Amino acid sequence: MRNTINLRLSWVNAWLLLTPAMILVIGFTHFPAVKTFWNSFFSTPRGKRPAVFTGLENYHYLLQDDIFWTVLKNNLLFSLGTVPTSVCIALAMALWVNGKLHGRGFMRMAFFTPTVLPLIAVANIWLFYYTPGFGLIDQIRSLFGLPEQNWLGNPDYALAAVIVVAIWKEAGFFMVFYLAALQSIPPNLREAAQLEGASSWYFFRRVAFPLLMPTTLFVSVNAVINSFRLVDHIFVMTEGGPNNASSLLLFYIYETAFKFWETGYAATLTVVLVVLLSIFSVGQFFLVDKRIHYR
Amino acid sequence: MRQVDYGSSLNLIAAWLVALLWFSPLAYALWTAIHPVAYEVRFDLTAPLTFENFIDAWAAAPFARYFLNTVILVTMILVAQFVLCTLAAYAFARFEFRGREVMFALVLVQLLVMPDILIVENYKTMRALGLVDTIVAIGLPYMASGFGIFLLRQTFKTVPKELEDAARVEGAGLFQILWRVYIPLAKPTYLAYGLVSVSYHWNNFLWPLIVTNSVETRPVTVGLSIFAAVDSGVQWSIMNAATLMTSGPLLIAFLLFQRQFVQSFMRAGIR
Amino acid sequence: MKQTRQRMAALIGAVTLTLSVAMPAQAVDLQFFFPVAVGGKAAETIESLTREYVSSNSDVNIEAVYAGSYQDTVTKALTAAQGGKPPQLAVILAVDMFTLIDEDLIVPFDDLLSDADKKDWIGGFYPAFMENSQTGGKTYGIPFQRSTPVLYWNKDAFAEVGLDPDTPPATWDEMVSFGEKLVKKDGDGNVVRWGVRIPSSGFPYWLFQGLTTQNGVILMNSDGNETYFDDPKVVEALQYMVDLSQKYGVMAPGIIEWGTTPKAFFEGATAMMWTTTGNLTNVRTNAPFPFGVAMLPAKERRGAPTGGGNFYIFKDSSDEQKKASVDFVKWITAPEQAAQWTIATGYVAPRPDDWETPALKAYVEDFPPALVARNQLEFAVAELSTYQNQRITTIFNDALEASITGEKAPQAALAEAQEKADRILKDYR
Repeated sequence: MRNTINLRLSWVNAWLLLTPAMILVIGFTHFPAVKTFWNSFFSTPRGKRPAVFTGLENYHYLLQDDIFWTVLKNNLLFSLGTVPTSVCIALAMALWVNGKLHGRGFMRMAFFTPTVLPLIAVANIWLFYYTPGFGLIDQIRSLFGLPEQNWLGNPDYALAAVIVVAIWKEAGFFMVFYLAALQSIPPNLREAAQLEGASSWYFFRRVAFPLLMPTTLFVSVNAVINSFRLVDHIFVMTEGGPNNASSLLLFYIYETAFKFWETGYAATLTVVLVVLLSIFSVGQFFLVDKRIHYR
Repeated sequence: MRQVDYGSSLNLIAAWLVALLWFSPLAYALWTAIHPVAYEVRFDLTAPLTFENFIDAWAAAPFARYFLNTVILVTMILVAQFVLCTLAAYAFARFEFRGREVMFALVLVQLLVMPDILIVENYKTMRALGLVDTIVAIGLPYMASGFGIFLLRQTFKTVPKELEDAARVEGAGLFQILWRVYIPLAKPTYLAYGLVSVSYHWNNFLWPLIVTNSVETRPVTVGLSIFAAVDSGVQWSIMNAATLMTSGPLLIAFLLFQRQFVQSFMRAGIR
Repeated sequence: MKQTRQRMAALIGAVTLTLSVAMPAQAVDLQFFFPVAVGGKAAETIESLTREYVSSNSDVNIEAVYAGSYQDTVTKALTAAQGGKPPQLAVILAVDMFTLIDEDLIVPFDDLLSDADKKDWIGGFYPAFMENSQTGGKTYGIPFQRSTPVLYWNKDAFAEVGLDPDTPPATWDEMVSFGEKLVKKDGDGNVVRWGVRIPSSGFPYWLFQGLTTQNGVILMNSDGNETYFDDPKVVEALQYMVDLSQKYGVMAPGIIEWGTTPKAFFEGATAMMWTTTGNLTNVRTNAPFPFGVAMLPAKERRGAPTGGGNFYIFKDSSDEQKKASVDFVKWITAPEQAAQWTIATGYVAPRPDDWETPALKAYVEDFPPALVARNQLEFAVAELSTYQNQRITTIFNDALEASITGEKAPQAALAEAQEKADRILKDYR
């Protein structure tokens, strides 16, 4: 008898504990997601004209919108360019800082600075780096007699240039996760390996790296999500140019919704973004998760 | 043996090169901030020093107000996240109830589809609530964080049930148990999560850009972007002075305590 | 929350009612949004002018709200209107006029003015500025914080290569021939100084409109529902811009960043630059060499677009508020205030009689380059502005960028842009 009351009470308590958070989670994630999906079938309301149901018209337009395809391709390249690189660099940084290198105190600080500086402000500094002629990169190139190079104003390089900035921004943050993981590897494992004469590379490959696999999964899922979310520097450095060569999906959604006031079409673009994110992260999870088990 | 030495010095050089590259934007910011505008792109060691850029930046835009807004914003989000996520995580970790799995799955969805992406609809919601251009509106979508709930749930699950039972025997209520048993044991998680949250919201730009439009609500990031986007072109000296002034406190705090941060990440099991 | 607010509103309403019964001459409240797009004292000046006006007019109370950039201001005004609380008055980009009409948010000034005012006051602005303020025979905006692009040149560089330091290029051909002389290369054959710099990042259409105007063609009709992007003369203008780097080698290739252009000028990385008059004070302060300011060079004619904002009066205001708004706009654009504004910011004073004030006369005597922009107004045309303005200009910008970077030939890029623009604008014809 007492047990059942307790159980019922605990049932009520659980929901009481949960409700405030669930209202906000659903209110700002699920509700807008569903509404976005719903609105993607409507035209944009304007002035006194309300939105009208247009069926698949927005999706039809999407298929014909060559900017959308450019931006989608850019974003896939952006993910491909940022995710593996920033994860690898983060791991290398963690190994360096965790080792016994000279100046590792400075290194740790250096790697960590991008996490604390706002990207929107630092993008101006990168703008200087990339400026043709008197920019930092060109000043260094001119020491070797190389001509000036317009990194951001050339469609062949603009995307690569913003990818570099994203890697710079992210790697140091991911390093912290690796560092925490490395430090929790029991030291006697390494000692045992050393006793048996294993090289440090062998130890890393056969012992440390497999143990770091969960961290790698966590970090790379985050990196994928960030690659669809990190657009701050685009505002400052290229505004998506030249001719959308460095524009990303979220930036295009922002422009469509808040510059062109095409909220109906922006909803359609958002649906694509959400679907893409789901496919990528879930796929990655299964892919990496399987490997962890097989090792 | 010699080969190993060769490899390790190469390793050291690589580490230093990456470190210098990573540090260089901050170094450049410092350089421009303390030298006259004419030395923005000239690295002449004899360049005169000046404090002028800080004064100009301070006078050119209401940075004190922006800074205050950011501090209010970050504090508000952090407190709300701690409270809401703790309650929800406790429910997920220690209660059996119908619908738990479904609710938890809904929470996990937020790890994937962050509010940053649903800017249009969230904006409409804020408009319907009459909250556009308020600091609350910047924070509200992030207050119930899927990541926070997930992390705290993991931590709470590692707390031995006996501790809770013992407290219960002593007559502690639900909140007392949380306060006396769970929260103290989850301190590293709070610290680690707090760091991620603060650095994220201190630097967040897109959503605040959309939902604010006055001096009284704008956080530092949006203030800096408006300040930079003028017809007269980029003025790195003043811009960087402004950046350093507004990010300085956070930067110093993080640099001083970075070792503790890594440890808290380690103990929190975020790795 | 909502209830509290309603109760508050009721309370305030009651109080206002009592007050208005007690004092029949209740002051009119106005909310006024304004943007700032230049550094310096712009926001401060608007606020102090507003205070000055309010202190000498007890029947009106104006709350001046600094809303951020132009983009922020239009966003803020649009959303406030959708939420049922528009401002009564705002300064918003002149090119957003059609958007505001489309959203049914603003009223023409004509209905609020006497016939004499229409003639003397509205007729007293530079016609070039009014082109972006009028459509369908009505005046929807009053020019405020307007600018126009001009050419800045480095006199030392001119002297160095044997050009007369006091004679800027007057024609397209001269800009090329001067430019060819001014290009300087180092020992490795790498360019260290370009001849000219026409920034093309972000909004290339604006400076490009200088070229099209000079080539004797306009980009859109005054109803804002037709564009002429594929006109052969537009193609020719774009070809010239492309040729500056591809054929003549006097301008750096690729997209040229707007924000770094003044610095490139100061660093001697370019001998001439096209940019807004809004940069006058910046160049005056930071150029380490003597410089000149000139009108943009001519092809068939001189020409430049205008740029900047308008005052707009919002529809959803009471008659008293509209009238009070008109009075305030009249006052702040009157010569004395306009002069003060121009000196503080570098924007072009919008009326000929502004330039007759002693303050402005003294200012241009001290700094004659400030006159160049005004003199150019004679040749200036409306900035590209249509319905769905941001979309249309983005389409056009993309086409320009594609040609400048060599992705597409000017002819093909512009034909494509015209086709896209037609598809959007056909609903407005």
